[in-house]
Amino acid sequence: MMRNKIFGLTVLTTTLLITTLLMGGCSGGENNVTTGNRDGILHWGNGTDPQELDPHIVTGIPEHHILTALLEGLVAKDPATLEPVAAVAKEWSISEDGKTYTFKLRHNAVWSNGDPVTAHDFAWSWWRALQPALGNQYAYMLFPIKNSEAYAKGEIDDFSQVGVKVLDDYTLEVELNNATPYFLQLLDHYSMFPVHRPTIEKFGKPDERGSLWTRPGNFVGNGPFTLKEWKLFKRVEVVKNPQYWDAGKVKLNGIHFHPIENVTTEERMFRSGQLHHTGSIPIDKVATYKKDKPHLLHTYPYLGNYFYRINTKLPHLSDQRVRQALAMSIDSKQLTEQVTKGGEVPAYTFTPPNTLGYTAKSAFEFNPEKARKLLAEAGYPDGKDFPVTELLYNTSESHRKIAVAIQQMWNQYLGVNIILNNQDWKVYLDSVGNGDYSIARAGWIGDYVDPNTFLDMWVTEGGNNHTGWSNPRYDELILKLAPTIPDRAMRYKLMAEAEAILLEDMPIIPIYIYNSKSLVHPSLKGLQPNILDYVLYKNLSLDPSLSGVNIH
Amino acid sequence: MFRFIVSRLLQAIPVLLVVITATFFLVRAAPGGPFSAEKTVAPEVIKALEAQYKLDQPVWQQYLSYLNDLAHGDFGPSFRYPGRSVDELIAGGLPITAELAFYAMLVAIIIGVSAGVLAALKPNTPQDYVPMSAAMIGICMPSFLMGPLLVLIFGIWLEWLPVSGWGDLPGDKILPAITLGSGYAAFLARLSRGGMLEVMSQDYIRTARAKGLPEWVVVLKHGLRGGLIPVIAFLGPAFAGLLSGSFVVETIFQIPGLGRFYVQAAFNRDYTMILGTTVFFATLIVLFNLLSDIIAVWINPKLRHQLREGK
Amino acid sequence: MSDPVLAEGAIKKSVPQTEKGTSLWQDAWLRLRKNTFALLGLGVIVFFCIIALLTPYIAPYGYEQQNLMLGAVPPSAEHWLGTDIFGRDMLTRIMYGSRVSLMVGFIATGVALIIGVLWGTIAGYAGGRVDAVMMRLVDILYALPFMIFIVLLMVVFGRNILLLFLAIGAVEWLTMARIVRGQVLSLRRQEFIEAAVSLGLSRWTIIRRHLIPNTLGPVIVYTTLTIPSVMLLEAFLSFLGLGIQPPQSSWGLLISYGVETMEEYPWLLLFPGLALSITLFALNFLGDGLRDALDPRASRN
Repeated sequence: MMRNKIFGLTVLTTTLLITTLLMGGCSGGENNVTTGNRDGILHWGNGTDPQELDPHIVTGIPEHHILTALLEGLVAKDPATLEPVAAVAKEWSISEDGKTYTFKLRHNAVWSNGDPVTAHDFAWSWWRALQPALGNQYAYMLFPIKNSEAYAKGEIDDFSQVGVKVLDDYTLEVELNNATPYFLQLLDHYSMFPVHRPTIEKFGKPDERGSLWTRPGNFVGNGPFTLKEWKLFKRVEVVKNPQYWDAGKVKLNGIHFHPIENVTTEERMFRSGQLHHTGSIPIDKVATYKKDKPHLLHTYPYLGNYFYRINTKLPHLSDQRVRQALAMSIDSKQLTEQVTKGGEVPAYTFTPPNTLGYTAKSAFEFNPEKARKLLAEAGYPDGKDFPVTELLYNTSESHRKIAVAIQQMWNQYLGVNIILNNQDWKVYLDSVGNGDYSIARAGWIGDYVDPNTFLDMWVTEGGNNHTGWSNPRYDELILKLAPTIPDRAMRYKLMAEAEAILLEDMPIIPIYIYNSKSLVHPSLKGLQPNILDYVLYKNLSLDPSLSGVNIH
Repeated sequence: MFRFIVSRLLQAIPVLLVVITATFFLVRAAPGGPFSAEKTVAPEVIKALEAQYKLDQPVWQQYLSYLNDLAHGDFGPSFRYPGRSVDELIAGGLPITAELAFYAMLVAIIIGVSAGVLAALKPNTPQDYVPMSAAMIGICMPSFLMGPLLVLIFGIWLEWLPVSGWGDLPGDKILPAITLGSGYAAFLARLSRGGMLEVMSQDYIRTARAKGLPEWVVVLKHGLRGGLIPVIAFLGPAFAGLLSGSFVVETIFQIPGLGRFYVQAAFNRDYTMILGTTVFFATLIVLFNLLSDIIAVWINPKLRHQLREGK
Repeated sequence: MSDPVLAEGAIKKSVPQTEKGTSLWQDAWLRLRKNTFALLGLGVIVFFCIIALLTPYIAPYGYEQQNLMLGAVPPSAEHWLGTDIFGRDMLTRIMYGSRVSLMVGFIATGVALIIGVLWGTIAGYAGGRVDAVMMRLVDILYALPFMIFIVLLMVVFGRNILLLFLAIGAVEWLTMARIVRGQVLSLRRQEFIEAAVSLGLSRWTIIRRHLIPNTLGPVIVYTTLTIPSVMLLEAFLSFLGLGIQPPQSSWGLLISYGVETMEEYPWLLLFPGLALSITLFALNFLGDGLRDALDPRASRN
């Protein structure tokens, strides 16, 4: 028995030793929310790790969040109405034909090093954003500007032909190809943000990717916050910028952006008080939060569509009736209520309803009877002899769940057996891009609030079409007719006609309108839900008196 | 012994060369390039990017210039993180993963060896079955289950420990270390039980007992010394395994370590990063396997003899 | 994981083996029959295998049969082990899952076992250059990025259950080879091998009759540890798209889905987890029993 005691003792002491070792400099265990509320630091769950902080290189939503804190464009949006509000430009005027914009810049806007922000900064920044060597994937956001596309593609070398003109230090004139009603909306996209020329030139060539100008200590911005720390895979810290022209309105002292790819981890961090705001929520937790803690769960329709692409180049799927049959046998109401459960709205059009006043006519519905009839007409009564068809999706819990449910619906209502196939993200992109699929899951988030961002992708050989679908009337409407019409109602009518063609032919099956879902700590105030999930950080504040609110 | 080590180190050069070459061409053959994205990237942008990273050159030329850079200690720039070199990324993640692996190993040794030794002292009694069964649970529980379970119990329900992070909050290293270490504890338990059983029946232990030494002296001083040799031989390769296998734990606990870089790089088709981490881990594997072989030779006089004869 | 049992074997001393190959197995079976725990383990495994074989005839529901309106419900009279979020019967899904998991577990491990034992024995016995080349090849395979390898396999050959065995076998035999080689190295210069050589037995006979049987102890222990990790590896490969596809299931996949919802629907994790654990314990008892039974010194005790 003696030796057992000895062993017990040895184990115990060693364990204690290790514990102290692991505990490190042990201090009180306050969570981020409590300390953050006290110090005015917001802890923000920010999805994947930011690749870069150069607005003319990055492509993702996490980068977008950080950059809207660090930089500011000519115009911002009111988070409640999404109407343009003054930012660096204090006012602007639009010419009669809608093609020329004149921006008056405010005189008190400065960079974080004290330099004034001038019209030259914008002209130079946009010049830089269009440099081919920079490899800016969002250069197309500038393409409404006259000749910018030709310049970006290297067709013209002379930037003075591009429609950007500095009238004086604080006046900028922009000339567009067409009256583009959503042009003001593009100005707070990061690809249109200004960058500080002397800083960039200090650390490298203007069109050099990944020079060190975006590192903490080097970064010079003009936004409400400045970059303090950037630890890869850990967090990005920004602090309030006292030089910012509207600094008086900024209530937060800083924001910590936590890159968290794993949504389950993010939810746990939220629950243990490490985050004020999550970027997402695991699909299975939505119902629980809805039932037990509805005040923490924030959901709002999001300007995006979850849909399936159909490869119209395959013989059996080139038959419009087959495509319609597949679409009409998906019960998206039951799917959103029983599987995704996040309050998503079933989609019967591609453009989300009421996109800045535009609602397409719903051309199809859930109608298994009609679907069966159509399939029989196409030569597959009760799914007999239906060729082997695969449903492709990129690996993810929610895509899998949706696919499993839809696979069963097709089997139940049409009698067809669809095989599921998941691939990792890059392989999936490759398969879809090469048309190497039968039916493929897809999602599309609008770049701006206008039906055009949903419809111009389906033109013949459009870069994001990938279905092989093509319709001359559709192309004419979207490419030729609609862009030239300055009147909104007339333009929408043409767009609706185009969308009706799309929904009649069904190279795609809309499934549901996205929903932005997040968990928000009650102490975070000032969030305004909107369909772009757009956040203006200077409006946010923290209420320390609510730190202790029980979120379990 | 010296000749053995030198010859093995020389053999490492062709091994690494083959690994580099195979990986270099494998990653380029895998579908999906580093710059593909959901919204189709304009061809002229792709072209500019490929030119920037020299992907527009013939593959053999890329290969040669990669080897040349590597010979100068330069792993190249990361494709995913513009402005970050692979050297910088590895240097950032390595200390964290190494620390995690070290703590995990400690946990594994403490739990595993005590379970194994306890079991070996009274084989085929409850003192044997209970710790060994507990150790087996460690094998049953993959880290993707063990991690969330520990977090739920100690982080959320009991609120004793942080649910994520590394070095941010007091105690946030405990759960990751236990999660990563527990799988190895089971192996160590089996090893040390076997080793101790073997040793405790040896003559010199009987002699020690006959001398009237207290039992704990016999066990700790004489027993452990022989009984743990197999454990020591296991530690080398296991440590290499811990370093490269920490991806799941690093993801669950939000730890910015090398394991995550390694897997993320593969998902992102970050060619240089895949190559860099692979070369790095390959070197570790070669070294640790060598280490374990050296220990195996060292504890086995027969093998040592063989080596001296020059085979 | 690396070689846990490498050295466990290395310090074990083998005694000359005079029996013929067949009587080794007969002896072993006689000894195994006396070991209650091992027999129990064997019984459980056989039982699971029979259930797996009969599943299509005795499963209470279809494995893909959904009831979205029902959703996930805890165990009840209609659904003994509850249902998942699609309203599919868990008992049925675990039974169908066992077909995949047991098959993958046994076949892939078997592949790894055969390649690993042969490779390790040949390397260890041949020694010198042959050994060096063979073992450096193992080092190389250890070091290659596994995920890229899997993705390529998939692209070149498409999805195929045979590929799954190949992919798993390709990684799992490496450690086995290292263990066996270590064993063989330490056996090579033992008296009984030298005696066999001087008797003029062929190399192949020596390997088959003397070397391989003496490495069985650590090999069996390692094998019993490998089977569950192979079952879990299958879930990861399915995640990458190489393994099985929904609505099919396997224990590994059911467990990984169960983890996601362990707070909301704990039974989705508990039951597949139990199935895997019971198998593991049964295998371990059987493995320990087999090792003791096959140990040439066992008669001593």
